[in-house]
Amino acid sequence: MEEEQTSAGKVKKFMMLNRKAPYGTVYALESLEVVLISATFDQDVSLVFMDDGVYQLAKGQNTKGIETKNFSPTYRALEGYDVEKLYVERESMDARGLTEADLLVPVEVLSSAEVGKLMAEQDVVLSF
Amino acid sequence: MLHIVTKSPYEKNALDSCLRVAQAGNAVLLIEDGVYAAVRGGNAAEKLQKAAASLKLYALAPDIEARGMKERVIDGVTLVDYAGFVELVTSHPTNQSWL
Repeated sequence: MEEEQTSAGKVKKFMMLNRKAPYGTVYALESLEVVLISATFDQDVSLVFMDDGVYQLAKGQNTKGIETKNFSPTYRALEGYDVEKLYVERESMDARGLTEADLLVPVEVLSSAEVGKLMAEQDVVLSF
Repeated sequence: MLHIVTKSPYEKNALDSCLRVAQAGNAVLLIEDGVYAAVRGGNAAEKLQKAAASLKLYALAPDIEARGMKERVIDGVTLVDYAGFVELVTSHPTNQSWL
């Protein structure tokens, strides 16, 4: 089996598993930083949003009142970095009363079992 | 008595513990990730709605707005600004933060 090569070396499958809400902790912002770095090195990056991580993608975030940077527009810019594999776990979304229409970017909605299968296919899984 | 809940009901049991202990007539203020409890259609919102019969429910508007949930807050929850937050704290003799 041939492995894809770049100037930076072998391409690995990276998954960022996002499980935290955006502003209560710094996890979501740190994950985005790592996603952008991985993309810069032309790696195969997937983002999974489950548990409170699904809130990271909620439309209409306005952080003026808490004087914190609103980084949610960055998710819309990921396409420009060829980061297009965004997955949301259906069970987490449903429990929170959210639907795909409430999210600010197109995503693929997966069942828990499908998330597990995708996870098992990765070279590296990073948890945030 | 004012109860302040700061954590997401889907990550910590702070809200459950608060609602278990809170007495009729007490006030509950949701701040930070605690505000997600007040989002319509969520599993936690059902618990809150039951609690609303005996408790006064508040949520901090800047935290709701930061998280994009402004249009999704259930009825029965009063939004307050930072001045309202201070007013709630000073007008209740006892405060408990559920972290």
